[in-house]
Amino acid sequence: MSEIGLQLTATHPPNVDVLVVGGGNAALCAAITAREAGASVMLLEHAPREFRGGNSRHTRNLRAMHDRPEGVLVDSYGEDEYWDDLLRVTGGETNEELARMTIRASAGLPSWMSAHGVHFQPSLTGTLSLGRTNAFFLGGGKALVNAYYRTAERLGVRILYDSEVTELRMEEDAVRAVTVVSRGFPLTILPRSVVVASGGFQANIGWLEEYWGEAAKNFIIRGTPFAQGTVLRNLLGQGVQRVGDPVQCHAVAIDARAPKFDGGIVTRLDCVPFSIVVDRDGNRFYDEGEDFWPKRYAIWGRLVALRPDQIAYAVVDAKAAKLFMPSVFPAIAAETIPELARKLGLDPARLDATVMRYNAAVHPGHFDSTKLDDCRTEGLDPPKTHWAQRIDTPPFIGYPLRPGITFTYLGVRVNARAEVLMEDGRPAANLWASGEIMAGNILGRGYLAGFGMTIGTVFGRVAGAEAARRARN
Amino acid sequence: MPESDVLIEARREMEICNACRYCEGFCAVFPAMARERAFSGADLTYLANLCHNCQGCYYACQYAPPHPFGVNVPRTFALLREESYRRYSWPQPLARAFESNGFVVASTTAVSLAGVLLAVVALTERGTLARGHAGPGAFYEIVPWAAMTGVALVTMLFSILALAMGAAMFWREAGSAVAPRSRAIVRGLRDALTLRNLGGGGHGCNDSDEAFSQRRRYLHHAMAYGFLACFASTTTAAFYAYFLGRPAPYALFSLPVVLGAIGGAGLLAGTSGLIWLKIVSNRASAAERLFGGDFALLGLLWLAAASGLLLLGLRTTDAMGTLLAIHLGLILSLFLLLPYSKFVHGVYRSLALIRDAADRHAADPTV
Repeated sequence: MSEIGLQLTATHPPNVDVLVVGGGNAALCAAITAREAGASVMLLEHAPREFRGGNSRHTRNLRAMHDRPEGVLVDSYGEDEYWDDLLRVTGGETNEELARMTIRASAGLPSWMSAHGVHFQPSLTGTLSLGRTNAFFLGGGKALVNAYYRTAERLGVRILYDSEVTELRMEEDAVRAVTVVSRGFPLTILPRSVVVASGGFQANIGWLEEYWGEAAKNFIIRGTPFAQGTVLRNLLGQGVQRVGDPVQCHAVAIDARAPKFDGGIVTRLDCVPFSIVVDRDGNRFYDEGEDFWPKRYAIWGRLVALRPDQIAYAVVDAKAAKLFMPSVFPAIAAETIPELARKLGLDPARLDATVMRYNAAVHPGHFDSTKLDDCRTEGLDPPKTHWAQRIDTPPFIGYPLRPGITFTYLGVRVNARAEVLMEDGRPAANLWASGEIMAGNILGRGYLAGFGMTIGTVFGRVAGAEAARRARN
Repeated sequence: MPESDVLIEARREMEICNACRYCEGFCAVFPAMARERAFSGADLTYLANLCHNCQGCYYACQYAPPHPFGVNVPRTFALLREESYRRYSWPQPLARAFESNGFVVASTTAVSLAGVLLAVVALTERGTLARGHAGPGAFYEIVPWAAMTGVALVTMLFSILALAMGAAMFWREAGSAVAPRSRAIVRGLRDALTLRNLGGGGHGCNDSDEAFSQRRRYLHHAMAYGFLACFASTTTAAFYAYFLGRPAPYALFSLPVVLGAIGGAGLLAGTSGLIWLKIVSNRASAAERLFGGDFALLGLLWLAAASGLLLLGLRTTDAMGTLLAIHLGLILSLFLLLPYSKFVHGVYRSLALIRDAADRHAADPTV
C-alpha cells in the first residue's frame, strides 16, 4: 500500500521528477510512461481509492486507427476516414495538426495498452456498429484503470489518493510549487515537471451556473464528482491560454431519476426515437425521429437543458416498449394517457391533447427500427420524421429526462508535444497536459465514441515522455 | 417461488447489470442475463448457480460499493446459491443442514470418526486398533468386509438419491424451457469439467485482488480431479474385491493404489491452495457468512486425503489399524455430507451450464 508507506509533511516538501495531477486514464498513461523513462513519479488522485480513475471509470472503449484487422478490431479504419468522422462531429471545431497526430498515434495504442495490463474483448451486444472502429476494454473502464494502477505501482510510481491539488504556483512560465490537500493535511511539492490530467469542471455546479444560471442546478453529472476544475481555473488565472467554449458541455438526455453524480452508463435512455418527448407543460419541442439515436443522443441533453425546469418526458406505448435497451429505473406505466400524465406530474388534459394531436398527424408507413423508415407525421409542428407510430396501445409508458453532463470543453491550449501554451503562445517551461483538461484542442464540439480515451492515452504518453525527459536533463 | 431479501437484491443488481453490460466478456452469466428483460426467481436461481464466483465483475464494476448502487454480484449470488441449496435439499427437513453448515459438517465428521473408532473397539478383539495388519484382507480384520461395504453402499446410494432429487427439483424450476439436446449437455458438461468460466475470458480471474490469475481454476482442477481419482480408486478396489475376489490392501503399483495416491495428492494440493486463497483473498466481494461451510468441506476433503496418504505410507506399521479407522470415519462423513454441504454446487453448476448451452443454441442455432 504505497499511500500508507509514504510519509509526507508540509515542512519537508518532497522533490520529485514528474508530478502527475489526476488519476484517470490520461494521468496513468503519463505516469507510467514517465516512470518507464526513468523519472521518479508521483501521482495525485483527488478521489479516494474506491472512486479512483475519474471519468475513465465509466468508459468502455477507445477509438483506434488500423490498416488491417488487429486484435478485436475488425476490417480497417484509416487515417482519412477517422479524420472525416472527427470533422463531421466537430463541424470543423478542431485542430487538424493535433487531430491527425492523435489519429496516427492511435494505431499503436492497443498493443501498448495490452503490454500494460489492459485486456480487450469483442464489441458488446448492441454496439456492433463500433466493432470496426473501437477496441472495447474487457470489463470496461474501471478494469482498465485497475490494470494501469497495478502497472504504475509495480513500476514504482508513488500514488497518493484523497489528494486534491489546490494550486500550481507559477513564476516566469514555470510551475515552482504545487499545493495539495492530502488526506486532509496541507502539503507542498516541488516537482521538476508537472503533467496536469485533472479533467474538466463539469462536476463544479457553481462554475456551470456562471454560464447556465439556475438551470445548472438541475443538471445531472454522469461521471466523477471530483472533476471540480480547480487546476484548470488556477492555470487559466495565471496566463495559460484557454481553448474551447466555456459554455458548451457534452450533454445527453438521461433518466431524471439518476443520482446527481457517477450514475454512468445505466442512466441512459434509448427510447426517444420511438417516443414523443414533451416538456413540463406537456408540449412537444423537437423532432424525436430526426436520426438514429447514436447520432442524436448528444443534442438532447442541450434540448432538455433549454426547456423550463430542465425536464422532459418521453412517452411510448406497449408497441414500442421492447424496441430500446431497458433503463435501470422502472418504467412509469399506466392504462390511459391522463393517468400516465398524473403519474408523471403533468397536466392530464394537456398531455392527452398533445398525444391526440400527434396521433392524428401520424402518416401510415412501414415501421422499421433498423433504418430511417417512412413512418412520419404530416402537418405537425415540430414534425416527427421517422418511426412515428400512433401511441394507442396500453400500457402507456413514460420516462422523465434531464440533461446529463458528460464533460466540458473548456481547457488549456497545448501543442503536439503536449506542452501547455501561455497566452503569448510560448510553451510553459515545465508543464504538460493530457485528457479532458486539453481535449477541447481537438474536440471543440460534439463527440466521437471512444475518442476521449484516445486523446487521453496519446497525450498522456507524449506528456509523460516529455516531462520525464525535461526533468532528467 | 418465495421472494427472499437476497432474491430481491439479486434482481435489483441484475437490472443494473442489464442496463450496463460492461462485463459481457467475463463469463457466461452476463450474456445469459442479457437474454432476459425481466428476472423471475427461477431465472435468478439459474444465474446465481451459473456464477463461478470469479470476482471479475466485482473489480470491474463502476457501481460496486461504496457507490450508492452497491452492486456486488459475487456476494449476492453466493448468498442466493446457498438459498437454492436449501430449497432443493431432499428430504426437505435436512435443508436445515445448510443453516450453520460449518458446524454440521464438523460435527458430522466428529460423530463419524468417533462412531467408527468406537465400533471397531467394541466389535473387534482387544488391541486390533493398536497394531499393524498385513496380507490379503488385512483391512477387514479391522473393519469387517460386510460392514465396510454395507455402510459405504447404503450411505453412498442415499447420497446419490438425495443429489438426484435435488437436481430434478432444480431443473424443474430453473432448467431450460425445452429439453436440452445432447450437444448442449455435452457442451455444458465440458464447461463444467474445464471450468472455462473461471478463465475470465482467457486471462483468469480475480482470485484474491485486482490481479488476474488462473490459480483458483487450477487448484479447483487439482481438487476435483483428485476427488474423482479417489472415487475411481474406491470403485476399482470394490470391483477387485467383489468380482475378482482380491481383497484390499493392494500392491503399491496396483490400479487402486496408484489412483488413490494421485487423487489424494491432488486433493491435498487443491484443498490446501483453495483454503489459502480463501484466507488471503479480499473479503469485500465474499459472502463471509458462508465461509464456515466452505472451510469445513475443504477441511474434510483435506483430512480425508491426508489420512488416506498417511495410511498408504504407514500401512506396514502399528499405526495402520488406527489410521484405517480414522480414514474410514472421514470417508463415511464425506459420503453422508455430499448432499448437505458445498459439494452440491457441482451438481447445480453443471445443470446451469447445460441450460446455458441450450439457451445459447436456442438464441442462435449457429452456436
